[in-house]
Amino acid sequence: MDDMYRDYILDHYKNPRNFGELEGATHTYHDSNPLCGDEMTMQLRIGDGSVEDVHFTGKGCAISQASASILTEEVKGKTLDEVKAIDRDHVLANLGIPISPARIKCALLGLKTLKGAAWGLTAWPGEEVKTR
Amino acid sequence: MAVTVKTPTVKASPLDVGRIRKDFPILAQTVRGKPLVYLDNAATSQKPRQVIDAMTRVFEEHNANIHRGVYEFSERTTAAFEEARAKVARFINAPSEREVIFVRNATEGLNLVAYAWGRDNIKRGDRIVTTVLEHHSDFVPWQQLAAEVGAEVAVVDIDDDGRLRRDQLSAELRKGVKLLAITHTSNGLGTVNPVKQIATEARAAGATVLVDVAQAVPHTPVDVQDLGADFVAFSGHKMLAPPGSGGLWGRADILEKMRPFLYGGDMISRVTVKLTEWNELPWKFEAGTSSYVDAIALGAAVDYLTDVGVAKIHAHELSLVAYLLPRLQEIGGVTVYGPKDLESRVGVVSFNIEGIHPHDVATIFDREGVCVRAGHHCNQPLMTRLGVPATTRASMYLYNTTDEMDALVNAIHAAKKVFGV
Ligand SMILES: Cc1ncc(COP(=O)(O)O)c(C=O)c1O
Repeated sequence: MDDMYRDYILDHYKNPRNFGELEGATHTYHDSNPLCGDEMTMQLRIGDGSVEDVHFTGKGCAISQASASILTEEVKGKTLDEVKAIDRDHVLANLGIPISPARIKCALLGLKTLKGAAWGLTAWPGEEVKTR
Repeated sequence: MAVTVKTPTVKASPLDVGRIRKDFPILAQTVRGKPLVYLDNAATSQKPRQVIDAMTRVFEEHNANIHRGVYEFSERTTAAFEEARAKVARFINAPSEREVIFVRNATEGLNLVAYAWGRDNIKRGDRIVTTVLEHHSDFVPWQQLAAEVGAEVAVVDIDDDGRLRRDQLSAELRKGVKLLAITHTSNGLGTVNPVKQIATEARAAGATVLVDVAQAVPHTPVDVQDLGADFVAFSGHKMLAPPGSGGLWGRADILEKMRPFLYGGDMISRVTVKLTEWNELPWKFEAGTSSYVDAIALGAAVDYLTDVGVAKIHAHELSLVAYLLPRLQEIGGVTVYGPKDLESRVGVVSFNIEGIHPHDVATIFDREGVCVRAGHHCNQPLMTRLGVPATTRASMYLYNTTDEMDALVNAIHAAKKVFGV
């Protein structure tokens, strides 16, 4: 069996969970991976300080899509504080596959986008879009 | 009506690739037990022993800063540096060595023009014409300059085969043009633009013509006088030389009138507390200690390419494309972007496999020992035009073989198997 493209990774890629627009979202954040041009949007509906629902949309590689899909399954029902506390090691461990340095950004795009949504950001600190 | 259908016919390569490969130590490496198949030459090329030795010789035999010392080592290094300039000038048929400025890479050369020429010559309301094929380094400097001074940028489109829309280009030139910034050869699709005809047309319309030859000089003979350009820029690292070497060529009459780009040592002729006089060409544009070892190695790379023959390298690349294209088109779900024939192109083949993101393609290829580039290739406007976030790009050079094209095809099958598509 392939040690990176495992069946569950490919399954999350081909059938992403919680994919699509979220009705009544209270928190939305969009980000991209400048290396490959992948785009991702995470939407949360927060009620009573907890994640009632979460959806994501985007286009990207198997690693970024599977990682985001797995993450959305995990955060449903968690409190906003719990979501803010999720770190990269946790996400990488959950993904359960070896990630080379070149693919780390793919594996963490979902987390970065989720955090942006959870913190109510419009731009990632230090990465505010500069057009001029 | 007679219709000519162009199908790639396999032409024999004029190169003795077996012999050439022996000059490149890195090509003997294996990756995870498989032979290294290096197909990312549009990003950077590998280096022959002759170039590596040229660098070692400087460090071991006569290293000293150039244009300064009066002792023998400095004189020898300076002579080697200026000899490299002469070689580069001959290689691109520059009328004079004074017109060849050593820069770190094409990007620096293009920015030099954007700052030292652009800020004095592009005014509010002026028009800059460029194309959707440009690398970001020949796009962002003009976009930013235009935003700064209030000029306008017109971006000429391509057709569905990745060829520049000449009708649109002519129309844009007719509307008025101060600068045409155009790539000679596309790093994303491998298209070679008919730059000579375009330059004639643009100059007649009153434009200064800048040509990005970063993908041209390594792969096709380039003669700047024949091209009819005012500026060209290229990177040494894509043509067997080390990173840190590169060239900007400009017409002397234009360079003479330009202000310097960077200020400092070496670019002055006299400094008083009140004022400074500039050094003469080309040193006026070479402030600070140049990457002189890299430049000397660029001279060695030019010698190597001249020995092999750039026209032969181009013919060799076309023979690989002729071999590869029909094999790619036989594989279900593979889409090739850009020209599908051998007309006016180089050995760059961009493609996607349906259902697999280019990043995943490149990861699986890597395990097969096949190095390709996956991404937007610093061509985001082009990717947008193609309607894809990214492509997988195989780019060839003088040392690649048909066996390596087979390895690429096998790697595609491996990727399809992993993804079940
Ligand atoms: C057509 C073209 N222009 C410019 C560049 C920029 O080269 P560098 O990064 O060496 O400055 C590249 C490099 O990919 C290129 O392909």
